[in-house]
Amino acid sequence: MTKPCTLFDKVWDAHAVVEREDGQTLLWIDRHFVHEGSHHAFAKLAARGTSLLRPDLTFGVADHYVPTRNRSQPIADEGIRAMVDRLRRNTAASGVTLFGLDDPRQGIVHVAAPEQGLSLPGLTIVCGDSHTSTHGAYGALAFGIGASDVAHVLATQTLWQRRPRTLLVQVDGTLPPGISAKDLALTIVGRLGADGARGHAIEYAGAAVRALSMEGRLTLCNLSIESGARCGMVAPDETTIADIGGRPFAPSGETWARAVEAWRALPGDAGAVHDRTLALDAAEVAPTVSWGISAEDVLPVDASVPDPAGIADPAHAGHVREAIEYMGLRAGQKLEEIRVDRVFIGSCTNARIEDLREAAAVLQGRRATVPGLVAPGSTPVKRRAEAEGLDRVFTEAGLDWVDSGCSMCVGMNGDLLRSGERCASTTNRNFKGRQGPGSRTHLMSPAMAAAAAVTGRLTDVRRLREGRA
Amino acid sequence: MIPFTVLTARACPLPFESIDTDQLIPARFMQRTRAEGYGDALLFDRRHDAAGLPVPGFPLNEPRFAGAEILVARRNFGGGSSREAAVYALADAGFRCVLAPSFGDIFAANAVNNGLLPARIAEAEGERLLHLLAQGLPSVTIDLEACMVVAGELRCSFAIDPVPRVKLLNGWDDLDLTESYATERAAYVARDAEQRPWASVCGPRRSHAGSAPGTGCPEPVRAFRE
Repeated sequence: MTKPCTLFDKVWDAHAVVEREDGQTLLWIDRHFVHEGSHHAFAKLAARGTSLLRPDLTFGVADHYVPTRNRSQPIADEGIRAMVDRLRRNTAASGVTLFGLDDPRQGIVHVAAPEQGLSLPGLTIVCGDSHTSTHGAYGALAFGIGASDVAHVLATQTLWQRRPRTLLVQVDGTLPPGISAKDLALTIVGRLGADGARGHAIEYAGAAVRALSMEGRLTLCNLSIESGARCGMVAPDETTIADIGGRPFAPSGETWARAVEAWRALPGDAGAVHDRTLALDAAEVAPTVSWGISAEDVLPVDASVPDPAGIADPAHAGHVREAIEYMGLRAGQKLEEIRVDRVFIGSCTNARIEDLREAAAVLQGRRATVPGLVAPGSTPVKRRAEAEGLDRVFTEAGLDWVDSGCSMCVGMNGDLLRSGERCASTTNRNFKGRQGPGSRTHLMSPAMAAAAAVTGRLTDVRRLREGRA
Repeated sequence: MIPFTVLTARACPLPFESIDTDQLIPARFMQRTRAEGYGDALLFDRRHDAAGLPVPGFPLNEPRFAGAEILVARRNFGGGSSREAAVYALADAGFRCVLAPSFGDIFAANAVNNGLLPARIAEAEGERLLHLLAQGLPSVTIDLEACMVVAGELRCSFAIDPVPRVKLLNGWDDLDLTESYATERAAYVARDAEQRPWASVCGPRRSHAGSAPGTGCPEPVRAFRE
C-alpha cells in the first residue's frame, strides 16, 4: 500500500521534473505572473541573451505602481510611468499576455488571476511577490520568489526547490458572528509568530475553513507569508469548483470534467501525516488588530498594548519597546483608545467584492470622521461594486473611491501616509515605513477598518453592528 | 558569482528583531536598475531621520563599523516582501554574510542567488556576538567549509541548508545547472500533457505563436462572479 499523501504532497509530487539526491527538486511551474517590479528578471534574461521558454504560461499584470486616480491621463510621475511602460515593453517583446493599465481585466495580481480563472487547484503558481501564497486558496502550490528565480522561471519554466515541511492549521468549530477570515488569519499569525512557519507549507483545514467563501480563503492564504510560511493551501471542495466554473481561463467542456475529477482527488488521504499541527477553536477568534511593527504583534481589539517590562526574553522585550516607540503608543494603553488619522480599504488581502460589501455594510448611512481611501482589488471588482451601489456608500461616507492597484498597501504608486500618520488598514504588513516613511499601520478586517473610519479610533465593529442586520 | 569560502572581516551589530525587506530597501528606491546600485539605500529610513540626516548611534552610521562585510542581527531577518533589491542593497553596501537566528525563506534564497551567505546561529550565541561587537571586537571569521564562526573568544557553528552551501562555495548559478536537465524537462512536459490536459492555459489566446495549444477553451464568459 502506498503511503497516504497530504494535499501538498500530491501537488508537489505531480510537478517533480527531477529529484536529486541532495534533496533539491526541479519543479515544473504551471503559472507565472509578472508585474512592474519584475524588471530585474527581464533585464537578467536580456543580459544572458536568453528568451522565455513558455511565454504562454506567464501573465503580466500592472498593479504595484499604477496610479489609482486620473487613469485616463498620462502618468504624471516620470519614474512611475517608466515602470509601467517597462512592463508593457518587456511583456510585448516576449509574447506575454498583459493585463495592462487600460485592460478591463486589470487588478492586483492576486485578485485578478483568480478572477480570470488562471489560478486552479493542483497547479504550481509563482510570482515575484511574497503574497503569491494567496492562490493556495484554490488548492494550488503558490509561493513568492525573488528576481533571480523569476528569471529562472522565465527561462526554464521550472524552479529548484527543497521540499518544505508541512504544517496543518486545524480550525475547528464556527467563527462567531461578525468575525472574518482576516481576524482568523491575524490570530494564526499571532500564534505562530512572524517566523514560526518558516520552511513550512501550511494546509488550513477544519470546519471553520470549509465554511469560508473563496474570498475568505484567499485572505487566509494571503497572510501565510506573514508567519514565514512558504505557502498556504486549502483543499479544493465544492465551494472551490463552483467558484472556478465559467471563469475566462478556466477549462471547459470535456477538459472541465477531467479537471474536476482530478481536483476531487486532491484533498489529503485519510491517515496522511503533517510534520506539525496548530489546532485552533474558531469560537475563540475575536476582532483582531495589529498594534506593532510585525504581523505577529496582534491582539484582540479589547486588549491593551503589551508592557515590555513584563517580558523576560530581552530580545523580544527590545522588539516590543521598539514597536511601542515607533507606533507612538504607551505600554498598557487600551487599543480602543488609539486614534487613527486615515483609513485604507484595499490590497490583495482584502479588496475583493465580499470585503467591500462588509465594509460598506458598516458605513451605510454613516459618516467617516477621518479621511480614507477605498481601492478595489481589480477593475472587475470595481465595476461590480459600482453596480451594487457600494461606491456611493463609500463616497457618501466621505471616503475616496479610486481605481484598482496595490496603492497604499505598498506605497509604490505615491498613495502614501505622511510621517507619523496612523492608518487603520485592511492590508497585510504593518512594517516600519511600509505605507511611507514614518507611517504607522494597524492591520484589521474591512469591517473593522470601516468601524475605525466612523469612530476615528480602533473600534470593535460589533458595537456598530448592534441593531443592524 | 564569486565563490564564498572563508571570510575574515569587520562585523556590524544590528540588534533588532524582524528587520524586514521593506526596511532593508524602502519601496521608493526600487525603480532603479541593477546597474544603478542599491548600496546607499540600504536601511535608508533606519539610517536617516525625517530630515534626511544620519541617525546618530545607528550602527551602520558609526565609523567603527564602516567597511563591515558581516551583519549580525536578531531573529526573522529579511522577512516580508520578496524584493531581491533587499539583497542588492546589502551586497552593494559591501556585505557578504548576515548572521541571524532565522531568515525569511524568500530572502535567504535571494541572498544565495547573489552570493550573500545567510548563516543561522543559535539565539544565545547571536546575543553573545552582538555583545562582543558592541565591546569593540575588531573582526569575525566565517568559514563556510566548516560552517563555523570565530569571533574572539566565541567559536560556534552556524547552519545553512546543504544545497545553498554548495552553491555559495562554488559560486554556482541555478540557470546553468537547470539547462543540463533539458531532456528530463521535455519528458515531463510530454507526460504531463497526457496526465493533466486541464493544466494548460485555456481561454482567450493571444497572438503569440509557438505556445502550447489550449484545449476545449471557450471565449471569455464573464470577468467577475455573478
